[in-house]
Amino acid sequence: MSERVGVYVCHCGTNIAGVINVEEVARWASEQPNVAIARDYKFMCSSLGQDLIEADIEQFGLTHVVVAACSPNMHEKTFRAACERAGLNPFLFEMANIRELNSWTTKDDQAATHKAKAQIMGAIQRVIHHQPLELIPVQINPSTLVLGGGIAGITAALELANGGYHVYLVEREPSIGGHMAQWDKTFPTLDCAACILTPRMVEVGQHPNITLLTYSEVEAVEGSLGNFRVTIRKKARYVNEELCTGCAICEEKCPKKVVDDVFEAGLSKRKVIYRPFPQAVPKYPVIDVANCTYFQRGKCKACQILCPANAIDFEQQDQILQVEVGNVILATGYETFDPHRIPQYGYGRLANVFTSVEFERMVNASGPTAGKILLRDQPVEPKSVAIIHCVGSRDKNFNEYCSRVCCMYSLKFAHLVRERLPDAEVYNFYIDIRAAGKRYEEFYHRVMDEGAHFIRGRVAEVTDVARTLEEEGKLVVQVYDTLFGAQRRIPVDMVILSVGMEARHDARQVAQLFGLGCDASNFFTERHPKLDPVLTTAEGIFIAGGCQGPMAIPETVAQAAAAAARVISYIGKGTIMMEPIKAHIDAARCSGCRICNNLCPYKAIVYHEDQKVSEVVAPLCQGCGTCVAACPSAAISGAHYTHQQLAAQIEGLLWDARLPELAGVEGD
Amino acid sequence: MIGGEQKFKLAMYWAASCGGCEISVLNIGERLLEVDAFFDIVFWPVAFDFKYSDLRAYPDGYIDLCLFNGAIVNSENEEIAHLLRQKSKLMVAFGSCASAGGIPALANLTTPSAIFQTVYLNNPSIDNPDQTLPEPTYPVQEGELHIPTFYPTVKKLEQVVEIDYVIPGCPPEADQIWQVLQSVISILQNGMPLPPKGAVLGATDTAVCKECVLEKHEKQIARFYRPYEIVPEPGLCLLEQGLLCLGPATRGGCGALCPKVGIGCRGCYGPLDGVEDQGARILAALSSVISAGDPKDEEQEIERKIDAAIDTLIDPAGTFYRFGMAGSLLIRARNGGSR
Amino acid sequence: MSESTYEPIIIGFLCNWCSYRAADLAGTARLHYSINMRPIRVMCSGRVEPDLVLAALRNGADGVLIAGCHPGECHYLEGNLKTLRRYKLLKRMLAQFGIEQERVQLVWASASEGSALANAIDRMTQELRQLGPLRWQETVIQRMDFQPAQRVEAISDPVGEEVP
Repeated sequence: MSERVGVYVCHCGTNIAGVINVEEVARWASEQPNVAIARDYKFMCSSLGQDLIEADIEQFGLTHVVVAACSPNMHEKTFRAACERAGLNPFLFEMANIRELNSWTTKDDQAATHKAKAQIMGAIQRVIHHQPLELIPVQINPSTLVLGGGIAGITAALELANGGYHVYLVEREPSIGGHMAQWDKTFPTLDCAACILTPRMVEVGQHPNITLLTYSEVEAVEGSLGNFRVTIRKKARYVNEELCTGCAICEEKCPKKVVDDVFEAGLSKRKVIYRPFPQAVPKYPVIDVANCTYFQRGKCKACQILCPANAIDFEQQDQILQVEVGNVILATGYETFDPHRIPQYGYGRLANVFTSVEFERMVNASGPTAGKILLRDQPVEPKSVAIIHCVGSRDKNFNEYCSRVCCMYSLKFAHLVRERLPDAEVYNFYIDIRAAGKRYEEFYHRVMDEGAHFIRGRVAEVTDVARTLEEEGKLVVQVYDTLFGAQRRIPVDMVILSVGMEARHDARQVAQLFGLGCDASNFFTERHPKLDPVLTTAEGIFIAGGCQGPMAIPETVAQAAAAAARVISYIGKGTIMMEPIKAHIDAARCSGCRICNNLCPYKAIVYHEDQKVSEVVAPLCQGCGTCVAACPSAAISGAHYTHQQLAAQIEGLLWDARLPELAGVEGD
Repeated sequence: MIGGEQKFKLAMYWAASCGGCEISVLNIGERLLEVDAFFDIVFWPVAFDFKYSDLRAYPDGYIDLCLFNGAIVNSENEEIAHLLRQKSKLMVAFGSCASAGGIPALANLTTPSAIFQTVYLNNPSIDNPDQTLPEPTYPVQEGELHIPTFYPTVKKLEQVVEIDYVIPGCPPEADQIWQVLQSVISILQNGMPLPPKGAVLGATDTAVCKECVLEKHEKQIARFYRPYEIVPEPGLCLLEQGLLCLGPATRGGCGALCPKVGIGCRGCYGPLDGVEDQGARILAALSSVISAGDPKDEEQEIERKIDAAIDTLIDPAGTFYRFGMAGSLLIRARNGGSR
Repeated sequence: MSESTYEPIIIGFLCNWCSYRAADLAGTARLHYSINMRPIRVMCSGRVEPDLVLAALRNGADGVLIAGCHPGECHYLEGNLKTLRRYKLLKRMLAQFGIEQERVQLVWASASEGSALANAIDRMTQELRQLGPLRWQETVIQRMDFQPAQRVEAISDPVGEEVP
């Protein structure tokens, strides 16, 4: 017998042994071909269990090891390390998952024991075909790309830059700041968003380790962990950044105004050459070409004529930049729900229905009304305000998830209305109040104590059709009050729709660009929802903030710092070891049919026109095996998942299927 | 036993076969004279008047080289296969039918009763008012007549007797046959070691595409066309034009004769080394490059588009296993298949 | 083998990133479901070559389950879409071999869908119980041996019947 396999069956306390007859399985395994030793043990993952493997490798000269225990996602690395310590290549090991995929799924001990044997036979027959493999070292480029200049991207960039590493911070808009720059106060502390954000924006703008690329977008990404090559389009601002002093005379003198529906949410106008807001970083303005009189009609040039620094350059072109980075942090943020999609709430039709974004701008002292709460159709203050929670959230017609921030900012709005307009009535229409955060519940109580009203029920309709004299000239909120147990109609002057958070409209394209996954709502998927929340399924690509899912500022900041810390740990190592699970094309057997060429989402397969063969570029290969399965000549092999290994495992799993007396397991 | 007096002994037999393999042997032309100079032909029913009794009379191992073509369809095929194995030192599965079942093995997709129905009863060109079917034994005045028994499953030679080598092809190309014969002659003459048992002779180790001169690009197949539906653009890979070609999954050696004249490879040289199932391989390859179904579409829309593209591929089993059914993993259909 | 004791054997190909994790989750959540699925972990459902499905059926499986990430959620972007295309064509072909549609199934299960995967395995097991054993070795391959039929009528369909 040339192969000497050691088989170890774990009790996992009673987790496995309570259902599977582990002693019987070990005894049976010891009688199988190629098995040199089979044991059962209480906890294989304990140091004593691992010692057992190591000792047996030495004593029995084991050539391969099978551990039947929990999921390989749990302990594959543990046992590989044990093998390696005893001088056995860690890839000459295979795990049979008899816990998650067996003992935990049934009470039928006979059937479970029988299935465990099949799983172990599969593992034995597979493992003897395993080849020793070496981990692949990858050098990590110490620069990092951070995509998105909101609070998440700003935080991540600063963490990295302060740690001494170079960062390319790429932002689509003319300024960094993101959504947070639009907000007025932050819950529950009520400190002003700009006051805490702008110092960090300035720090980014001045940091020697940060290359800030605003008004820029990533066009292409190549490479993998350690060595990404990123192509960035830096759009023309038509302002020479070398010359511009940020004096804003151009903005002042520009004769044309357009509605600002980005930063001011459509509530006021901005110039055609503009900075999104006065504290913008960088300070350079940008020309809105679509609305610029010069670009559209060929005359005006007011900005150019009046610029004291001669910085206006109508001939400026987009620049294409190539940067090389070792890691990427995606902090591309979110969008707010568009309430036009719920017509019964009247947004866009009824003048005094506002979104929460509009209201944020309105209560902001530097906003369109200088902080005054005013109706849209006449410049008067409302005497009553309705705040409708969960607009677009917790609703199977739109987004099933809870947007998590709306309860709290709605409470903040209630407080702000009561603060600015002490005589006004405020009604919160909510499904549940979710105030599960530090000092959140206390804030809720404070707002209740301040006299805001809370009506529990999902609002059916907002209408201006009055049924009573009292309702004349008002907006009426129709709701079934689930505490009161009756339909209610509340007339108010102003309605605020607390819109939820959604993935960016182009999140899926971004995911494709970087090769990561999205969930059904188009939020980026983390590698593990609990244990690995900032790494994505693509190595070297991290996520932080609203692009992963709805979250508030503190969590966003924590995630951004976590992502930065993960990147720093990679950079600190300098070289990291990658799993050698890669495809390989045997050039001598490749016919150059080119079937595989466009199957690889990572463009890891290249075709050599001169030799008429295809080749897998190993660093780019992620090891999925799609090309392996497609190669009609079987010229592509997938390390650690070879045809031979999988076919042998199938035969092992079916070891009993050819014997009629054993075929199948007893029914229940 | 080299030299004029004692020549090496050669046999050739056809089981369930069309005779194309024999013609291909004749296609080696005047080189047949060299074969004749080296070999005594001791059994070749197509060409010479040998009887089975002659064969039975030979001592075991009398024949040095037996080229066996045709699949095993009935008891006669099997009996002679065993007999030839017994009498031959080297047994070669010659051509697609002997090596993989060939066209006759397509019968494995249906049932014997269905075949008899089609051949003897329900066929526009048949006139059989008494519904007469062949009987294995039939009493006549002089005694009992026997005809060979028809088998329910068509097999390749290797499933009946041990074989030494395979020469694939439908038929094997004459040049390849000649090369194999030449090397066998030189091996036998010089007492050199034989190729390892089970080796595929007269073919290459790479797919037909390697020999195919048509220009190849990345593959994106929106739908398939049958040969009568379009005229292929000359010089361009047929598969890329939607014309079925099994070249990528088929062993080369033929010189890519079919694609050269605008006809997709039929797969007759069989699978490459390391491939268990040629049909499954070409299925995987072709379906991988079907371009239907955009990931941005709704799931049902993706499925609908893929279904529509696959609808244009008529008879996948018959196409992918045109020559390899008996050598495939499943070997035959059960319950007569369903279609 | 009588109907009451027949339990189908299903070979389950589970992709590492979604469906294997869904199966882990089903176990962690102690969801009890049919024991009949015997798992093979692959990195992506795109690795599952049709040869392996045929090999499983030939070697005694009554059914094959391929489980991958939902379309658009594939860890490798579009591996599962290739799986879907292969699977669709494979099913067409298997029908020609007389293999029922229920015997080879493709399901999508994200890492959080342990119960969906468990339900799919339960459903498939139930369907295969209804169909009865496949056992290609005994019912098809071993029985393809040359059973001489005395009369042509007797040649009808000698393979694919249940083993008594």
